[in-house]
Amino acid sequence: MPEPDNKPDTDNKPEIAAPDFDVIVVGAGPAGSAAALVLARAGRRVCVLERGPFPGSKNMYGGVVYGRILDTLIPRWWEEAPVQRWVTRRGTVIMTETQSLTIDYRTTAWGDEPYNGATTFRPDFDSWLAGHATDAGAVLVTSTTATGLLRDASGRICGVRTDRPDGDLTASIVIAADGVNSFLAKEAGLYPKATPDNFTLGAKEVLALPRDEIEKRFGLTGNEGADLEIVGCTRGIAGGGFIYTNLESIALGVVVSVTELAEAKVRPEELIADLKRHPMVAPLVAGAELKEYSAHLIPEGGYDMMPELVTDAMLVVGDAAAMCLAAGVWLEGVNFAIGSGQAAGQAAIEALAARDTSAGALAGYRRRIEESFVLADHRKLRRAPELLMSHRMQTVYPTLMCNLAEGMFTVTNPVPKKGVVALSWGEIRRARVKLRHLAHDLYTSVRTFG
Amino acid sequence: MTAADASRGVSPLYDSAMTSTDVPASGGVVQSVPLAPPAAWLAVSFEHRMGLVEFRVGTRAHITVDGDSCRGCTTKACVTACPANLFVPTSDGGILFNYEQCFECGTCYMVCNTEGAIHWTYPDGGNGVVFHRS
Repeated sequence: MPEPDNKPDTDNKPEIAAPDFDVIVVGAGPAGSAAALVLARAGRRVCVLERGPFPGSKNMYGGVVYGRILDTLIPRWWEEAPVQRWVTRRGTVIMTETQSLTIDYRTTAWGDEPYNGATTFRPDFDSWLAGHATDAGAVLVTSTTATGLLRDASGRICGVRTDRPDGDLTASIVIAADGVNSFLAKEAGLYPKATPDNFTLGAKEVLALPRDEIEKRFGLTGNEGADLEIVGCTRGIAGGGFIYTNLESIALGVVVSVTELAEAKVRPEELIADLKRHPMVAPLVAGAELKEYSAHLIPEGGYDMMPELVTDAMLVVGDAAAMCLAAGVWLEGVNFAIGSGQAAGQAAIEALAARDTSAGALAGYRRRIEESFVLADHRKLRRAPELLMSHRMQTVYPTLMCNLAEGMFTVTNPVPKKGVVALSWGEIRRARVKLRHLAHDLYTSVRTFG
Repeated sequence: MTAADASRGVSPLYDSAMTSTDVPASGGVVQSVPLAPPAAWLAVSFEHRMGLVEFRVGTRAHITVDGDSCRGCTTKACVTACPANLFVPTSDGGILFNYEQCFECGTCYMVCNTEGAIHWTYPDGGNGVVFHRS
Protein backbone atom coordinates (compact mmCIF):
# COMPACT_ATOMS: atom_id res chain seq x y z
CA MET A 1 0.00 0.00 0.00
CA PRO A 2 1.40 3.45 -0.83
CA GLU A 3 2.26 5.66 2.08
CA PRO A 4 -0.06 8.64 2.56
CA ASP A 5 2.84 11.03 2.15
CA ASN A 6 3.82 9.67 -1.27
CA LYS A 7 4.99 12.10 -3.85
CA PRO A 8 2.25 12.87 -6.39
CA ASP A 9 2.32 10.46 -9.32
CA THR A 10 3.92 12.00 -12.31
CA ASP A 11 2.32 9.53 -14.73
CA ASN A 12 -1.09 10.21 -13.23
CA LYS A 13 -3.51 8.50 -15.60
CA PRO A 14 -2.54 8.82 -19.22
CA GLU A 15 -3.43 5.21 -20.03
CA ILE A 16 -6.75 5.15 -18.16
CA ALA A 17 -10.03 5.70 -19.96
CA ALA A 18 -12.22 8.49 -18.63
CA PRO A 19 -13.85 7.23 -15.42
CA ASP A 20 -17.61 6.98 -15.03
CA PHE A 21 -17.57 9.71 -12.39
CA ASP A 22 -15.16 12.20 -10.88
CA VAL A 23 -16.07 10.93 -7.42
CA ILE A 24 -17.99 7.96 -6.06
CA VAL A 25 -19.30 8.43 -2.54
CA VAL A 26 -20.20 5.18 -0.80
CA GLY A 27 -23.01 5.78 1.66
CA ALA A 28 -25.75 8.43 1.66
CA GLY A 29 -25.56 9.22 5.36
CA PRO A 30 -24.73 12.74 6.58
CA ALA A 31 -21.02 12.43 5.75
CA GLY A 32 -21.57 11.08 2.24
CA SER A 33 -24.33 13.53 1.36
CA ALA A 34 -22.32 16.51 2.64
CA ALA A 35 -19.36 15.45 0.47
CA ALA A 36 -21.62 14.89 -2.54
CA LEU A 37 -23.37 18.23 -2.05
CA VAL A 38 -20.08 20.15 -2.04
CA LEU A 39 -18.80 18.30 -5.11
CA ALA A 40 -22.02 18.64 -7.09
CA ARG A 41 -22.18 22.36 -6.40
CA ALA A 42 -18.66 22.65 -7.80
CA GLY A 43 -19.93 21.02 -11.00
CA ARG A 44 -18.20 17.69 -10.40
CA ARG A 45 -19.76 14.45 -11.59
CA VAL A 46 -20.51 12.65 -8.36
CA CYS A 47 -22.35 9.40 -7.70
CA VAL A 48 -23.65 8.42 -4.26
CA LEU A 49 -24.22 4.71 -3.62
CA GLU A 50 -26.70 3.77 -0.91
CA ARG A 51 -27.30 0.14 0.01
CA GLY A 52 -30.68 0.85 1.61
CA PRO A 53 -33.82 1.58 -0.39
CA PHE A 54 -33.53 5.26 0.60
CA PRO A 55 -30.99 7.39 2.49
CA GLY A 56 -31.20 6.87 6.24
CA SER A 57 -33.05 3.57 5.98
CA LYS A 58 -30.16 1.73 7.68
CA ASN A 59 -29.44 4.47 10.17
CA MET A 60 -30.46 5.13 13.74
CA TYR A 61 -28.92 7.11 16.53
CA GLY A 62 -29.75 8.19 20.01
CA GLY A 63 -29.15 11.72 19.53
CA VAL A 64 -29.26 15.29 18.61
CA VAL A 65 -28.23 16.92 15.36
CA TYR A 66 -26.24 20.07 16.17
CA GLY A 67 -26.88 22.53 13.39
CA ARG A 68 -24.00 25.05 13.31
CA ILE A 69 -22.13 22.96 10.76
CA LEU A 70 -25.13 23.30 8.43
CA ASP A 71 -25.17 27.13 8.51
CA THR A 72 -22.76 27.58 5.61
CA LEU A 73 -23.84 24.45 3.74
CA ILE A 74 -27.59 25.12 3.75
CA PRO A 75 -28.36 28.68 4.93
CA ARG A 76 -31.48 28.85 7.12
CA TRP A 77 -31.57 25.05 7.20
CA TRP A 78 -33.87 25.22 10.23
CA GLU A 79 -36.72 26.42 8.04
CA GLU A 80 -36.75 23.18 6.06
CA ALA A 81 -34.95 20.41 7.96
CA PRO A 82 -37.24 17.58 9.17
CA VAL A 83 -36.92 18.44 12.86
CA GLN A 84 -38.93 16.75 15.59
CA ARG A 85 -38.13 19.10 18.49
CA TRP A 86 -35.59 21.82 19.26
CA VAL A 87 -33.61 20.77 22.31
CA THR A 88 -34.03 23.41 25.01
CA ARG A 89 -33.42 21.13 27.97
CA ARG A 90 -30.17 19.21 28.48
CA GLY A 91 -30.06 16.95 31.48
CA THR A 92 -27.06 14.99 32.69
CA VAL A 93 -28.32 12.30 35.00
CA ILE A 94 -26.24 10.31 37.47
CA MET A 95 -28.02 7.18 38.66
CA THR A 96 -27.96 4.25 40.97
CA GLU A 97 -30.74 1.70 41.09
CA THR A 98 -32.76 3.83 43.52
CA GLN A 99 -31.30 7.32 43.20
CA SER A 100 -30.72 9.96 40.57
CA LEU A 101 -28.95 13.29 40.54
CA THR A 102 -29.61 15.54 37.55
CA ILE A 103 -27.90 18.64 36.27
CA ASP A 104 -30.84 20.02 34.33
CA TYR A 105 -29.91 22.91 32.06
CA ARG A 106 -32.72 24.75 30.32
CA THR A 107 -32.69 27.78 28.07
CA THR A 108 -35.13 29.56 25.81
CA ALA A 109 -32.21 30.58 23.58
CA TRP A 110 -31.96 27.13 21.97
CA GLY A 111 -35.65 27.30 21.03
CA ASP A 112 -35.07 30.23 18.69
CA GLU A 113 -33.05 30.92 15.56
CA PRO A 114 -30.39 29.90 14.83
CA TYR A 115 -31.13 27.02 17.23
CA ASN A 116 -28.55 24.74 18.83
CA GLY A 117 -29.68 21.18 18.30
CA ALA A 118 -32.69 19.16 17.22
CA THR A 119 -34.09 15.70 17.59
CA THR A 120 -34.94 14.06 14.29
CA PHE A 121 -35.45 10.62 12.79
CA ARG A 122 -32.44 9.62 10.74
CA PRO A 123 -34.46 8.26 7.81
CA ASP A 124 -36.05 11.74 7.61
CA PHE A 125 -32.89 13.74 8.16
CA ASP A 126 -30.59 11.67 5.95
CA SER A 127 -33.15 11.68 3.11
CA TRP A 128 -33.45 15.45 3.43
CA LEU A 129 -29.69 16.06 3.27
CA ALA A 130 -29.29 13.60 0.37
CA GLY A 131 -32.07 15.50 -1.41
CA HIS A 132 -29.89 18.63 -1.32
CA ALA A 133 -27.05 16.68 -2.92
CA THR A 134 -29.27 15.35 -5.72
CA ASP A 135 -30.84 18.80 -6.23
CA ALA A 136 -27.32 20.10 -6.78
CA GLY A 137 -26.72 17.42 -9.42
CA ALA A 138 -25.35 14.39 -7.58
CA VAL A 139 -26.53 11.02 -8.87
CA LEU A 140 -28.02 8.93 -6.07
CA VAL A 141 -28.18 5.18 -6.66
CA THR A 142 -30.11 3.38 -3.92
CA SER A 143 -30.52 -0.34 -3.17
CA THR A 144 -26.94 -0.85 -4.27
CA THR A 145 -24.22 -2.29 -2.05
CA ALA A 146 -20.58 -1.48 -2.72
CA THR A 147 -18.93 -4.87 -2.36
CA GLY A 148 -15.30 -3.85 -2.71
CA LEU A 149 -12.70 -1.53 -4.16
CA LEU A 150 -11.80 -1.52 -7.82
CA ARG A 151 -8.07 -1.22 -8.56
CA ASP A 152 -6.27 -0.55 -11.82
CA ALA A 153 -3.30 -2.53 -13.18
CA SER A 154 -0.92 -0.61 -10.91
CA GLY A 155 -3.02 -1.47 -7.85
CA ARG A 156 -4.33 2.03 -7.43
CA ILE A 157 -7.97 2.49 -6.34
CA CYS A 158 -10.08 3.48 -9.34
CA GLY A 159 -13.67 2.84 -8.26
CA VAL A 160 -15.90 0.33 -6.52
CA ARG A 161 -17.55 -2.98 -7.26
CA THR A 162 -21.28 -3.16 -6.60
CA ASP A 163 -23.78 -5.97 -6.37
CA ARG A 164 -25.56 -4.80 -9.52
CA PRO A 165 -25.06 -6.82 -12.72
CA ASP A 166 -22.08 -5.26 -14.54
CA GLY A 167 -21.91 -3.12 -11.44
CA ASP A 168 -18.31 -1.90 -11.52
CA LEU A 169 -18.17 1.88 -11.32
CA THR A 170 -14.97 3.82 -11.96
CA ALA A 171 -14.03 7.20 -10.52
CA SER A 172 -10.98 9.36 -9.97
CA ILE A 173 -11.68 9.45 -6.23
CA VAL A 174 -13.65 7.20 -3.87
CA ILE A 175 -15.03 8.70 -0.67
CA ALA A 176 -15.76 5.96 1.88
CA ALA A 177 -18.78 7.13 3.86
CA ASP A 178 -19.84 3.54 4.42
CA GLY A 179 -20.44 3.77 8.12
CA VAL A 180 -19.16 2.27 11.33
CA ASN A 181 -18.24 -1.13 9.85
CA SER A 182 -16.44 0.49 6.88
CA PHE A 183 -15.42 -2.52 4.87
CA LEU A 184 -13.87 -0.18 2.32
CA ALA A 185 -11.48 1.40 4.84
CA LYS A 186 -10.61 -2.08 6.10
CA GLU A 187 -10.11 -3.44 2.59
CA ALA A 188 -7.81 -0.53 1.80
CA GLY A 189 -5.74 -1.43 4.85
CA LEU A 190 -6.43 1.90 6.53
CA TYR A 191 -8.16 0.62 9.66
CA PRO A 192 -5.95 -1.58 11.86
CA LYS A 193 -7.56 -0.17 15.02
CA ALA A 194 -11.08 -1.47 14.30
CA THR A 195 -10.87 -3.69 17.37
CA PRO A 196 -14.02 -4.51 19.38
CA ASP A 197 -13.04 -2.51 22.47
CA ASN A 198 -13.29 0.66 20.39
CA PHE A 199 -16.97 0.15 19.66
CA THR A 200 -20.21 0.44 21.58
CA LEU A 201 -23.62 -0.95 20.78
CA GLY A 202 -26.58 1.41 20.86
CA ALA A 203 -30.01 -0.15 21.30
CA LYS A 204 -33.08 2.02 21.27
CA GLU A 205 -36.83 2.00 21.60
CA VAL A 206 -39.15 4.58 20.08
CA LEU A 207 -42.06 4.91 22.49
CA ALA A 208 -45.23 6.64 21.33
CA LEU A 209 -47.12 9.05 23.59
CA PRO A 210 -49.55 11.86 22.78
CA ARG A 211 -47.83 15.14 22.12
CA ASP A 212 -49.37 16.98 25.08
CA GLU A 213 -48.49 14.09 27.37
CA ILE A 214 -44.82 14.37 26.39
CA GLU A 215 -44.89 18.13 26.97
CA LYS A 216 -46.49 17.65 30.38
CA ARG A 217 -44.08 14.94 31.51
CA PHE A 218 -40.93 16.69 30.33
CA GLY A 219 -42.06 20.23 31.08
CA LEU A 220 -41.92 21.39 27.47
CA THR A 221 -43.91 23.85 25.40
CA GLY A 222 -44.57 23.80 21.66
CA ASN A 223 -41.59 22.43 19.75
CA GLU A 224 -39.22 22.44 22.72
CA GLY A 225 -37.39 19.17 23.31
CA ALA A 226 -35.49 17.40 26.06
CA ASP A 227 -32.22 15.47 25.95
CA LEU A 228 -31.33 13.42 29.02
CA GLU A 229 -27.96 11.64 29.11
CA ILE A 230 -27.62 9.06 31.85
CA VAL A 231 -24.71 7.35 33.55
CA GLY A 232 -25.01 4.55 36.10
CA CYS A 233 -27.93 2.70 34.52
CA THR A 234 -26.14 -0.18 32.76
CA ARG A 235 -25.41 -2.70 35.56
CA GLY A 236 -21.80 -1.63 35.63
CA ILE A 237 -21.28 -2.35 31.93
CA ALA A 238 -19.38 0.60 30.51
CA GLY A 239 -21.79 2.91 28.75
CA GLY A 240 -24.89 4.92 29.52
CA GLY A 241 -28.48 5.61 28.73
CA PHE A 242 -30.38 8.30 26.89
CA ILE A 243 -33.85 9.76 26.58
CA TYR A 244 -34.83 12.15 23.78
CA THR A 245 -38.19 13.64 23.00
CA ASN A 246 -39.62 13.57 19.52
CA LEU A 247 -42.88 15.31 18.68
CA GLU A 248 -45.08 12.33 19.50
CA SER A 249 -42.62 9.77 20.81
CA ILE A 250 -39.73 9.29 23.18
CA ALA A 251 -36.46 7.70 22.10
CA LEU A 252 -35.01 5.74 24.99
CA GLY A 253 -32.01 3.48 24.90
CA VAL A 254 -28.62 2.41 26.09
CA VAL A 255 -25.12 2.54 24.65
CA VAL A 256 -22.72 -0.08 25.97
CA SER A 257 -19.23 -1.39 25.27
CA VAL A 258 -19.68 -4.45 23.04
CA THR A 259 -16.91 -6.37 24.77
CA GLU A 260 -18.24 -5.67 28.27
CA LEU A 261 -21.78 -6.45 27.16
CA ALA A 262 -20.61 -9.80 25.86
CA GLU A 263 -18.65 -10.57 29.04
CA ALA A 264 -21.63 -9.68 31.23
CA LYS A 265 -23.90 -12.03 29.27
CA VAL A 266 -26.70 -9.49 29.44
CA ARG A 267 -29.07 -8.90 26.56
CA PRO A 268 -29.34 -5.30 25.31
CA GLU A 269 -33.11 -5.12 25.65
CA GLU A 270 -32.82 -6.13 29.32
CA LEU A 271 -30.76 -2.99 29.92
CA ILE A 272 -33.44 -0.94 28.19
CA ALA A 273 -36.09 -2.59 30.39
CA ASP A 274 -34.01 -1.73 33.49
CA LEU A 275 -33.90 1.90 32.45
CA LYS A 276 -37.65 2.05 31.77
CA ARG A 277 -38.33 0.61 35.22
CA HIS A 278 -36.04 3.02 37.05
CA PRO A 279 -38.09 5.08 39.52
CA MET A 280 -36.98 8.32 37.89
CA VAL A 281 -37.62 7.14 34.33
CA ALA A 282 -40.78 5.03 34.70
CA PRO A 283 -43.11 8.04 35.16
CA LEU A 284 -41.70 9.61 31.98
CA VAL A 285 -42.41 6.61 29.76
CA ALA A 286 -45.29 4.90 31.55
CA GLY A 287 -48.01 3.70 29.22
CA ALA A 288 -46.06 4.53 26.08
CA GLU A 289 -46.46 2.13 23.17
CA LEU A 290 -43.36 0.61 21.59
CA LYS A 291 -43.23 1.72 17.95
CA GLU A 292 -39.76 0.62 16.90
CA TYR A 293 -36.77 -1.21 18.30
CA SER A 294 -33.39 -0.72 16.67
CA ALA A 295 -29.68 -1.15 17.17
CA HIS A 296 -26.43 0.12 15.68
CA LEU A 297 -22.72 0.12 16.43
CA ILE A 298 -20.95 3.34 17.39
CA PRO A 299 -17.22 4.02 16.96
CA GLU A 300 -16.47 5.52 20.37
CA GLY A 301 -12.70 5.16 20.60
CA GLY A 302 -12.13 8.71 19.42
CA TYR A 303 -8.96 10.21 18.00
CA ASP A 304 -6.66 7.32 18.83
CA MET A 305 -8.78 4.69 17.05
CA MET A 306 -9.25 6.60 13.81
CA PRO A 307 -8.14 4.95 10.58
CA GLU A 308 -5.75 6.55 8.14
CA LEU A 309 -8.03 9.15 6.57
CA VAL A 310 -6.39 9.38 3.16
CA THR A 311 -4.76 7.08 0.67
CA ASP A 312 -4.21 7.41 -3.07
CA ALA A 313 -7.61 8.16 -4.66
CA MET A 314 -9.58 7.53 -1.47
CA LEU A 315 -10.83 9.47 1.55
CA VAL A 316 -12.57 8.15 4.67
CA VAL A 317 -15.28 10.23 6.38
CA GLY A 318 -17.90 10.14 9.15
CA ASP A 319 -18.44 6.98 11.21
CA ALA A 320 -16.25 5.10 8.73
CA ALA A 321 -13.45 7.29 10.09
CA ALA A 322 -14.61 6.84 13.72
CA MET A 323 -15.57 10.49 14.02
CA CYS A 324 -18.32 10.01 16.56
CA LEU A 325 -17.53 12.11 19.64
CA ALA A 326 -18.41 10.23 22.81
CA ALA A 327 -17.01 12.46 25.50
CA GLY A 328 -19.60 12.20 28.24
CA VAL A 329 -20.80 15.77 28.50
CA TRP A 330 -20.45 16.04 24.72
CA LEU A 331 -22.11 13.38 22.60
CA GLU A 332 -22.03 14.29 18.94
CA GLY A 333 -21.70 12.54 15.62
CA VAL A 334 -23.89 13.78 12.81
CA ASN A 335 -22.20 17.19 12.93
CA PHE A 336 -18.76 15.53 12.75
CA ALA A 337 -19.96 13.43 9.83
CA ILE A 338 -21.15 16.51 7.96
CA GLY A 339 -17.99 18.46 8.81
CA SER A 340 -15.72 15.67 7.60
CA GLY A 341 -17.78 15.04 4.47
CA GLN A 342 -17.72 18.73 3.56
CA ALA A 343 -13.94 18.88 4.03
CA ALA A 344 -13.44 15.70 1.99
CA GLY A 345 -15.55 17.14 -0.81
CA GLN A 346 -13.51 20.34 -0.83
CA ALA A 347 -10.23 18.42 -0.84
CA ALA A 348 -11.48 16.28 -3.71
CA ILE A 349 -12.39 19.39 -5.70
CA GLU A 350 -8.84 20.71 -5.27
CA ALA A 351 -7.27 17.40 -6.22
CA LEU A 352 -9.45 17.04 -9.31
CA ALA A 353 -8.60 20.58 -10.40
CA ALA A 354 -4.90 19.77 -10.01
CA ARG A 355 -5.42 16.49 -11.92
CA ASP A 356 -3.65 14.68 -9.13
CA THR A 357 -5.56 12.36 -6.82
CA SER A 358 -2.62 10.92 -4.92
CA ALA A 359 -2.66 10.86 -1.14
CA GLY A 360 -0.42 13.92 -1.15
CA ALA A 361 -2.80 15.86 -3.35
CA LEU A 362 -5.74 14.84 -1.15
CA ALA A 363 -3.99 15.87 2.06
CA GLY A 364 -6.12 19.02 2.11
CA TYR A 365 -8.81 16.89 3.71
CA ARG A 366 -6.80 16.19 6.83
CA ARG A 367 -5.49 19.76 6.96
CA ARG A 368 -9.03 21.14 6.82
CA ILE A 369 -10.39 18.96 9.60
CA GLU A 370 -7.28 19.50 11.75
CA GLU A 371 -8.07 23.20 11.61
CA SER A 372 -11.80 22.78 12.24
CA PHE A 373 -13.66 21.25 15.16
CA VAL A 374 -13.68 17.82 13.52
CA LEU A 375 -10.18 16.76 14.51
CA ALA A 376 -9.48 19.62 16.94
CA ASP A 377 -12.25 18.46 19.28
CA HIS A 378 -11.30 14.83 18.88
CA ARG A 379 -7.64 15.54 19.59
CA LYS A 380 -8.50 17.62 22.63
CA LEU A 381 -10.82 14.93 23.96
CA ARG A 382 -8.70 11.93 23.00
CA ARG A 383 -8.40 10.73 26.60
CA ALA A 384 -12.15 11.02 27.24
CA PRO A 385 -13.28 7.55 26.05
CA GLU A 386 -10.85 5.66 28.27
CA LEU A 387 -11.53 7.92 31.25
CA LEU A 388 -15.31 7.77 30.94
CA MET A 389 -15.55 4.03 30.37
CA SER A 390 -13.55 3.21 33.48
CA HIS A 391 -15.19 1.35 36.36
CA ARG A 392 -14.73 4.32 38.68
CA MET A 393 -16.46 6.75 36.34
CA GLN A 394 -19.19 4.26 35.49
CA THR A 395 -20.10 2.92 38.90
CA VAL A 396 -18.03 4.18 41.81
CA TYR A 397 -18.41 7.93 41.30
CA PRO A 398 -22.13 7.87 40.37
CA THR A 399 -22.86 6.00 43.60
CA LEU A 400 -20.63 8.32 45.56
CA MET A 401 -22.29 11.44 44.14
CA CYS A 402 -25.83 10.14 44.68
CA ASN A 403 -24.98 9.19 48.27
CA LEU A 404 -23.38 12.56 48.84
CA ALA A 405 -26.52 14.30 47.59
CA GLU A 406 -28.64 12.08 49.81
CA GLY A 407 -26.41 12.89 52.78
CA MET A 408 -26.66 16.61 52.09
CA PHE A 409 -30.40 16.72 51.62
CA THR A 410 -31.50 14.22 54.27
CA VAL A 411 -32.47 16.12 57.40
CA THR A 412 -31.10 14.19 60.35
CA ASN A 413 -32.71 16.06 63.29
CA PRO A 414 -31.98 15.90 66.12
CA VAL A 415 -28.47 14.92 64.98
CA PRO A 416 -26.69 18.13 63.90
CA LYS A 417 -25.78 18.52 60.23
CA LYS A 418 -22.37 17.41 59.04
CA GLY A 419 -20.50 19.84 56.85
CA VAL A 420 -20.18 19.14 53.13
CA VAL A 421 -16.48 18.42 53.49
CA ALA A 422 -17.08 15.89 56.26
CA LEU A 423 -19.85 14.25 54.22
CA SER A 424 -17.60 14.10 51.16
CA TRP A 425 -14.74 12.44 53.06
CA GLY A 426 -17.22 10.00 54.54
CA GLU A 427 -18.55 9.04 51.11
CA ILE A 428 -15.06 8.76 49.61
CA ARG A 429 -14.14 6.37 52.43
CA ARG A 430 -17.39 4.44 52.05
CA ALA A 431 -16.80 4.08 48.30
CA ARG A 432 -13.27 2.81 49.05
CA VAL A 433 -11.80 5.15 46.46
CA LYS A 434 -8.06 5.44 46.78
CA LEU A 435 -7.07 9.09 46.99
CA ARG A 436 -4.38 8.66 44.35
CA HIS A 437 -7.02 7.29 41.96
CA LEU A 438 -9.34 10.19 42.74
CA ALA A 439 -6.50 12.64 42.20
CA HIS A 440 -5.54 10.89 38.97
CA ASP A 441 -9.12 10.99 37.64
CA LEU A 442 -9.54 14.64 38.61
CA TYR A 443 -6.25 15.51 36.93
CA THR A 444 -7.19 13.57 33.78
CA SER A 445 -10.63 15.17 33.73
CA VAL A 446 -9.17 18.66 33.96
CA ARG A 447 -6.62 17.84 31.28
CA THR A 448 -9.31 16.38 29.04
CA PHE A 449 -12.21 18.74 29.50
CA GLY A 450 -10.41 21.83 30.77
CA MET B 1 -41.80 22.20 35.42
CA THR B 2 -39.13 19.65 36.29
CA ALA B 3 -39.05 15.91 35.70
CA ALA B 4 -40.00 15.42 39.33
CA ASP B 5 -43.06 17.66 38.92
CA ALA B 6 -43.97 15.75 35.80
CA SER B 7 -43.86 12.48 37.67
CA ARG B 8 -45.93 13.82 40.55
CA GLY B 9 -48.59 15.12 38.20
CA VAL B 10 -49.38 11.53 37.32
CA SER B 11 -51.32 11.10 34.14
CA PRO B 12 -54.26 8.72 33.73
CA LEU B 13 -51.98 6.58 31.54
CA TYR B 14 -49.55 6.23 34.38
CA ASP B 15 -52.20 5.36 36.96
CA SER B 16 -53.87 2.66 34.92
CA ALA B 17 -50.66 1.17 33.56
CA MET B 18 -49.03 0.81 36.95
CA THR B 19 -51.78 -1.42 38.28
CA SER B 20 -51.05 -4.24 35.85
CA THR B 21 -49.03 -7.19 37.03
CA ASP B 22 -47.71 -9.22 34.10
CA VAL B 23 -44.14 -8.04 33.66
CA PRO B 24 -41.53 -10.61 32.64
CA ALA B 25 -38.56 -11.36 34.86
CA SER B 26 -35.39 -9.83 33.50
CA GLY B 27 -33.24 -12.75 32.47
CA GLY B 28 -32.36 -14.14 35.87
CA VAL B 29 -30.35 -11.10 36.88
CA VAL B 30 -30.32 -10.51 40.61
CA GLN B 31 -31.74 -7.14 41.52
CA SER B 32 -30.70 -5.90 44.93
CA VAL B 33 -33.67 -3.56 45.22
CA PRO B 34 -37.34 -3.86 44.31
CA LEU B 35 -38.19 -2.52 40.88
CA ALA B 36 -40.95 -0.07 40.11
CA PRO B 37 -44.39 -1.68 40.15
CA PRO B 38 -44.92 -4.13 37.28
CA ALA B 39 -46.75 -2.72 34.30
CA ALA B 40 -48.34 -4.05 31.15
CA TRP B 41 -46.58 -1.44 29.04
CA LEU B 42 -43.23 -2.98 30.01
CA ALA B 43 -44.24 -6.48 28.98
CA VAL B 44 -43.19 -6.62 25.34
CA SER B 45 -42.46 -10.05 23.90
CA PHE B 46 -39.33 -10.31 21.79
CA GLU B 47 -41.42 -11.45 18.83
CA HIS B 48 -43.58 -8.33 19.11
CA ARG B 49 -40.47 -6.16 19.47
CA MET B 50 -38.93 -7.54 16.28
CA GLY B 51 -42.28 -7.63 14.50
CA LEU B 52 -42.38 -3.83 14.62
CA VAL B 53 -39.32 -3.57 12.39
CA GLU B 54 -39.38 -3.96 8.62
CA PHE B 55 -36.91 -6.47 7.17
CA ARG B 56 -36.80 -7.00 3.42
CA VAL B 57 -35.47 -10.52 3.38
CA GLY B 58 -33.17 -11.44 0.50
CA THR B 59 -32.53 -14.99 -0.68
CA ARG B 60 -28.80 -14.82 0.11
CA ALA B 61 -27.83 -15.17 3.77
CA HIS B 62 -25.58 -12.13 4.32
CA ILE B 63 -24.16 -13.66 7.49
CA THR B 64 -23.04 -17.27 7.66
CA VAL B 65 -21.99 -19.11 10.78
CA ASP B 66 -19.62 -22.07 10.74
CA GLY B 67 -21.24 -24.41 13.22
CA ASP B 68 -18.11 -26.57 13.51
CA SER B 69 -16.05 -23.63 14.71
CA CYS B 70 -18.76 -22.75 17.22
CA ARG B 71 -18.75 -26.17 18.87
CA GLY B 72 -15.34 -25.46 20.36
CA CYS B 73 -16.37 -22.03 21.60
CA THR B 74 -16.89 -21.70 25.34
CA THR B 75 -18.07 -18.09 25.49
CA LYS B 76 -20.65 -17.94 22.68
CA ALA B 77 -20.77 -14.19 23.22
CA CYS B 78 -22.94 -13.71 20.11
CA VAL B 79 -25.88 -15.44 21.82
CA THR B 80 -26.52 -12.70 24.37
CA ALA B 81 -24.93 -9.69 22.68
CA CYS B 82 -26.88 -9.78 19.39
CA PRO B 83 -29.62 -7.17 19.84
CA ALA B 84 -31.88 -9.11 17.47
CA ASN B 85 -31.32 -12.41 19.31
CA LEU B 86 -30.45 -14.27 16.13
CA PHE B 87 -27.94 -16.76 17.57
CA VAL B 88 -29.38 -19.83 19.25
CA PRO B 89 -27.16 -22.45 20.91
CA THR B 90 -27.95 -26.02 19.83
CA SER B 91 -27.92 -29.15 22.00
CA ASP B 92 -24.74 -30.43 20.34
CA GLY B 93 -22.82 -27.27 21.29
CA GLY B 94 -23.18 -25.50 17.97
CA ILE B 95 -24.98 -22.34 16.94
CA LEU B 96 -28.14 -22.01 14.92
CA PHE B 97 -28.28 -18.70 13.11
CA ASN B 98 -31.11 -16.84 11.42
CA TYR B 99 -30.15 -13.89 9.19
CA GLU B 100 -33.63 -12.65 8.40
CA GLN B 101 -34.23 -10.13 11.20
CA CYS B 102 -30.73 -8.67 11.37
CA PHE B 103 -30.11 -4.98 12.21
CA GLU B 104 -26.78 -5.24 10.35
CA CYS B 105 -25.04 -3.72 13.34
CA GLY B 106 -21.90 -5.88 13.39
CA THR B 107 -21.90 -6.74 17.09
CA CYS B 108 -21.74 -10.52 16.43
CA TYR B 109 -18.51 -10.51 14.45
CA MET B 110 -17.00 -7.96 16.85
CA VAL B 111 -17.59 -10.12 19.93
CA CYS B 112 -16.81 -13.44 18.23
CA ASN B 113 -13.51 -14.85 19.47
CA THR B 114 -13.34 -17.76 17.03
CA GLU B 115 -11.54 -16.82 13.86
CA GLY B 116 -13.68 -17.46 10.80
CA ALA B 117 -16.77 -18.62 12.69
CA ILE B 118 -18.92 -15.67 11.58
CA HIS B 119 -18.72 -14.50 7.99
CA TRP B 120 -20.34 -11.08 7.83
CA THR B 121 -21.28 -9.00 4.79
CA TYR B 122 -23.97 -6.47 4.05
CA PRO B 123 -27.18 -7.80 2.54
CA ASP B 124 -27.63 -7.28 -1.19
CA GLY B 125 -28.71 -3.75 -2.08
CA GLY B 126 -32.25 -2.91 -1.04
CA ASN B 127 -32.54 -5.89 1.28
CA GLY B 128 -32.29 -6.10 5.04
CA VAL B 129 -33.49 -3.78 7.75
CA VAL B 130 -35.44 -0.65 6.78
CA PHE B 131 -35.98 1.98 9.46
CA HIS B 132 -38.97 4.09 8.62
CA ARG B 133 -39.42 7.77 7.96
CA SER B 134 -41.67 9.48 10.48
